[in-house]
Amino acid sequence: MTLEAHVPSGPLAEKWQHYLDKAKLVNPANKRKHEILVVGTGLAGGSAAASLAELGYRVKVFCIQDSPRRAHSIAAQGGINAAKNYPNDGDTVWRLFYDTVKGGDYRAREANVHRLAAISNQIIDQCVAQGVPFAREYGGLLDNRSFGGAQVSRTFYARGQTGQQLLLGAYQALERQVQAGGVEMFPRREMLELVVVDGAARGVVVRNLVTGELERHAGDAVLLCTGGYGNVYFLSTNAKNSNVTAAWRCHRKGAFFANPCYTQIHPTCIPVSGKYQSKLTLMSESLRNDGRVWVPGAAGDARAPGDIPQTERDYYLERRYPGFGNLVPRDVASRAAKVICDDGFGVGATGQAVYLDFADAIGRLGESRVRERYGNLFEMYERITGENPYRAPMRIYPAVHYTMGGLWVDYRLMSSIPGLFVLGEANFSDHGANRLGASALMQGLADGYFIISSTLGDYIASGGGSGEVRASEAAFDEAANAAEDRIRRMLHVDGTKTVTEFHRELGQIMWDYVGMSRNREGLLHAIDAIADLRADYWENVSVPGRKDALNKNLEFAGRVADFLELGELMARDALHREESCGAHFREEYQTPEGEALRRDDAYAYVAAWESTEDAAEPVLHKEALSFEAVDLSTRSYK
Amino acid sequence: MAQTMTIHFKIWRQSGPDAKGKLVDYTLDNLNEDMSFLEALDVLNETLIHKGEEDPVEFDNDCREGICGSCGVVVGGIAHGPMKATAVCQLHMRHYKDGDTIVVEPFRAEAFPIVKDLVVDRSAFDRIIAAGGYVSVDTGGAPDANSLPVPKNDVDEAFDFATCIGCGACVASCPNASASLFTGAKIAHLAHLPQGQAERKQRVVRMVDQMQAEGFGDCSNHGECEAVCPKQISIAAIAKMRREYLRAVFG
Repeated sequence: MTLEAHVPSGPLAEKWQHYLDKAKLVNPANKRKHEILVVGTGLAGGSAAASLAELGYRVKVFCIQDSPRRAHSIAAQGGINAAKNYPNDGDTVWRLFYDTVKGGDYRAREANVHRLAAISNQIIDQCVAQGVPFAREYGGLLDNRSFGGAQVSRTFYARGQTGQQLLLGAYQALERQVQAGGVEMFPRREMLELVVVDGAARGVVVRNLVTGELERHAGDAVLLCTGGYGNVYFLSTNAKNSNVTAAWRCHRKGAFFANPCYTQIHPTCIPVSGKYQSKLTLMSESLRNDGRVWVPGAAGDARAPGDIPQTERDYYLERRYPGFGNLVPRDVASRAAKVICDDGFGVGATGQAVYLDFADAIGRLGESRVRERYGNLFEMYERITGENPYRAPMRIYPAVHYTMGGLWVDYRLMSSIPGLFVLGEANFSDHGANRLGASALMQGLADGYFIISSTLGDYIASGGGSGEVRASEAAFDEAANAAEDRIRRMLHVDGTKTVTEFHRELGQIMWDYVGMSRNREGLLHAIDAIADLRADYWENVSVPGRKDALNKNLEFAGRVADFLELGELMARDALHREESCGAHFREEYQTPEGEALRRDDAYAYVAAWESTEDAAEPVLHKEALSFEAVDLSTRSYK
Repeated sequence: MAQTMTIHFKIWRQSGPDAKGKLVDYTLDNLNEDMSFLEALDVLNETLIHKGEEDPVEFDNDCREGICGSCGVVVGGIAHGPMKATAVCQLHMRHYKDGDTIVVEPFRAEAFPIVKDLVVDRSAFDRIIAAGGYVSVDTGGAPDANSLPVPKNDVDEAFDFATCIGCGACVASCPNASASLFTGAKIAHLAHLPQGQAERKQRVVRMVDQMQAEGFGDCSNHGECEAVCPKQISIAAIAKMRREYLRAVFG
């Protein structure tokens, strides 16, 4: 099978318009004959479901939380990019496109990224019309701030709760369609299987998390909007319920998984404090607008930060990257923090932290201005650590935050299974090997509000999803039986180790060997260790309770079983990619200054993995990345 | 290393919506002050699984950053526990003393039926929003975002109401189990913005009607909701809702 990305012809800046001009349309009266299944209600799923129902499709929506408003997009803090150029600082669609391609270390599909940049402005317009309370200047116009990897201010924000406000906008649009009858909402449902009929995605099997019943839903297309897989590391900034199961089940049904090793480790998170820790908390990248990152100039200096004079501090980002300073992209900032801590300069009880200091900003702006900009983040820091960041610098360390990899999709957001579309973080397409800050919200909403309506219509109008499929068909029986069988097996192992204990162990392997810095030996070790742990899981896991009731341990058991398969694929992907690019840093491939050494001659492609019966032998398919509009150059933020 | 703590829990256990529930005693001697309250419950559940005698305690939680609104239990008689402006997922054990007893119960309200243990059904909130908690603009066709300036004070005020996380603590703390703070917050958010004006009258009427249809009680100005709200939403939202309602019906 060859990977056909279906990128439209013509000059880069005209491709999307060209696609829209040529896409087939579904007659308004016919749209209501088509049932679309949307899994997940974050920015991508919520916006897609609302938009498709507005157009007249019949939409069924599934989410694992008790309400669609709780999807993890809600926790995004800092902002959303758009090329409005309101600040008059020289921004253009081209510049946003270029910064994003460069930020992704030239491992994203050029045409997708340009489309994303071109759509960015419409997203802001749409959200403002919905009543999203973006920050404004005193004159009543919208305010912008700066984020990493850009030298213009193009980030729109709503205090430190931008994700919440955008998600509530999409959620409200979705609820409006529930009221209008266009959307049927199924909360507390977890997708456990994709149903493929005659080679096309035609349904899902979901577990009702309250009753335990396996429910079957048939449709003409399936939209997977289920987010990323960062929780494979156990500790991450993801919500506790974020998981890979829906995407992984699609992968096992034939959808290719692309670039699984590209994992974003976010530089500014609250450090780990103990081994009981259940999750990590992000401190928004926006803090790097005004916060300065430093460590003591002497290794092992145990003085309180306030007792260390300016001359004995190392503002290492400003020193190493004078061009971008504290606003270098996330991968660069994270790796620099790891290196400096590994060299013994780290601070705090564990030595695994650096300072993020606001003393200069407070001196320059006054405490009240700083409070206005970051108040809720400072409060959150104090609540968790018990320390006041207005008085002493924050201590921060990198943590797993976002996954650039995901199910492979073509330009139309369709996976390698016809009729299975993948939106938002769940797909791989727009961020290459590293995502710039404030780009995830942009992508989720671009996919959901503005792209899928046309590409889905084109699929349906071209005959996709035609012919009636009933939930009583053999393909549904097969999928439901597979899900049922896995549940029964998990409940009957009756071992001695909890699901959480296995998850922690997996997370430790992933963090140590498939984390911020990777090498061949470590990855080979990880592959074996994960396979062993997976075998142990099916012998020794203890899952309490029943299948026909609310049972969160059973839910987690299924998710961890899938993480145990995904983890191995991530290690295999990282092992095969013998170069460093973006967040994927292979120690064998670095410049004398310790920067990532990309190998465009051999690795300028998307690695799309096909699942086989044997986890040790996934099949690699390559989508070559050709860059027509930008030159592949060495990324520099110096 | 943080000091080890012993804590006695009394936790509401109820196997299903119609089952009889009761408080059950558990003692944990391996907690410490850096743990969050939910991490202490995690430790309890791991202990219960290892013992194998009874099922773990079910409680809703997700982001553990105080923003998704999934978590919500009554801790020591207070929705979300003793810390002001803090969802229970951000409550930390450092606020308790070694040897303390903590009573943990679900959010109780007729309109929030218990699903299991500490998990309740808050879908009534979704239906209140569905009744009118939005601006009816379809995707596409919105004018340029800066075409309509909005005074900063208006948007700041709207924001203070828009921060609601839909957790339901306001209902759980209200002697009447009223959802007025939740409903009023969305009405006030949109009423403060020019985008919300076109549907201002029908929105408040529909949402208030739905709130009553769901079985939530009336507000009689106790103010408990404001005291427990993790986002510190002011009961000015309720006054605003009442004014908007009168304006819609008689104005």
